Amino acid sequence: MVEWRLKEINLAVKLILRKQEFEVRPGMTLLSALKKCNILPESVLATREGEMIEEDEILKDGDIIKLVAVISGG
Amino acid sequence: MMKCKKCGIKASVNMRHHKMALCKEHYLEWIPEQTERFIKKYEMFKREEKILVAVSGGKDSLSLWDILIRLGYQADGVYLGLGIDGGVEYSHESQKLTEQFAQQRNLKLHIVDVEKEYGQSIPMLAEKTHRGYGKPCSVCGLAKRHEMNRIARDLGYDVLATGHNLDDEAAVLFGNTLSWEGTYLQRQSPVLAESNGLARKVKPLCRFYERDMAAYAMLSGIEYIYEECPFSVGSTSIYYKEMLNQLENQRPGAKLTFYLRFLEAKNSGLFAQPIAVEFATHLCQKCGQPTSAPDLCSFCRMIEKVSLEN
Ligand SMILES: [Zn+2]
Ligand SMILES: [Zn+2]
Repeated sequence: MVEWRLKEINLAVKLILRKQEFEVRPGMTLLSALKKCNILPESVLATREGEMIEEDEILKDGDIIKLVAVISGG
Repeated sequence: MMKCKKCGIKASVNMRHHKMALCKEHYLEWIPEQTERFIKKYEMFKREEKILVAVSGGKDSLSLWDILIRLGYQADGVYLGLGIDGGVEYSHESQKLTEQFAQQRNLKLHIVDVEKEYGQSIPMLAEKTHRGYGKPCSVCGLAKRHEMNRIARDLGYDVLATGHNLDDEAAVLFGNTLSWEGTYLQRQSPVLAESNGLARKVKPLCRFYERDMAAYAMLSGIEYIYEECPFSVGSTSIYYKEMLNQLENQRPGAKLTFYLRFLEAKNSGLFAQPIAVEFATHLCQKCGQPTSAPDLCSFCRMIEKVSLEN
């Protein structure tokens, strides 16, 4: 019971890019989170609750960050 | 917190290569202003000229159309139906989004379907001609160039505008530099003058990063095709773009400098005109477009070959 509660409190930050999902600790900046997930910041745009966010944004518990790939072929 | 350079509120887009961050409102003003500056700087077109925008349903071409209309230019669109499915109905989806874009803004859109026009879709043509089995990109490029030229000429447009962004241009430049393609390097430019009855070609977005164009599309609420062309997966151009982004990550502005310094070097004569200009000496007997061959251009030759086999 206790374990279950701890898990729920200790939410992570989720980053979604196409079909991939990544999880990072809350409290870091978007830039650090992208680095941790091996994603080049130049190749994505990030949104949280529909708002575009930039590199220095601090990611909070339970945040879901949708990443939009910006590089296309052609 | 990053602040908008113009008004000081929280910024939506940060452009490290310009050392500038902007809020949504100022970003949506800044992009068209800059586009106008480039149109004038490179003498792309004037307000009285008729512009045809090649639209694919992607972020760049739809944003370009949006910007030109905002700036008050006379710009119509042309969409080329390629018949590419790839399990995601790629062509169908992108046509739908392009039509929706035009309808919402009451713009004139010409739709040309390759299969209706020539009896074969792009993947069918690629398979039958054996030009790139399963990878129809070269056939697709050939058909796009041919059809865009044809439509611009037949419908009397002065200029054909495409949505190539800086990442597209830098990737092409990088590829051509790796193999020292002198002729291609000589021809790569924001403006190609009209010649042999072909409309002038311009790339008004050639100085905007791909990321900045995606931000423009997103912030202005343009619905574009997010799905990649199924054939572009693993393409060289995507690989070059990724490499250039690695460089950009370490040295903000590197991509832009690479492209702009190239244009400067070219203007100051680094690349001399080739001694013999081999292309565009004849006109195709079927379609009238310039070609290096004495009878048919490569597109018409391909179509003829495929119809003979049927
Ligand atoms: Zn502002
Ligand atoms: Zn021809």
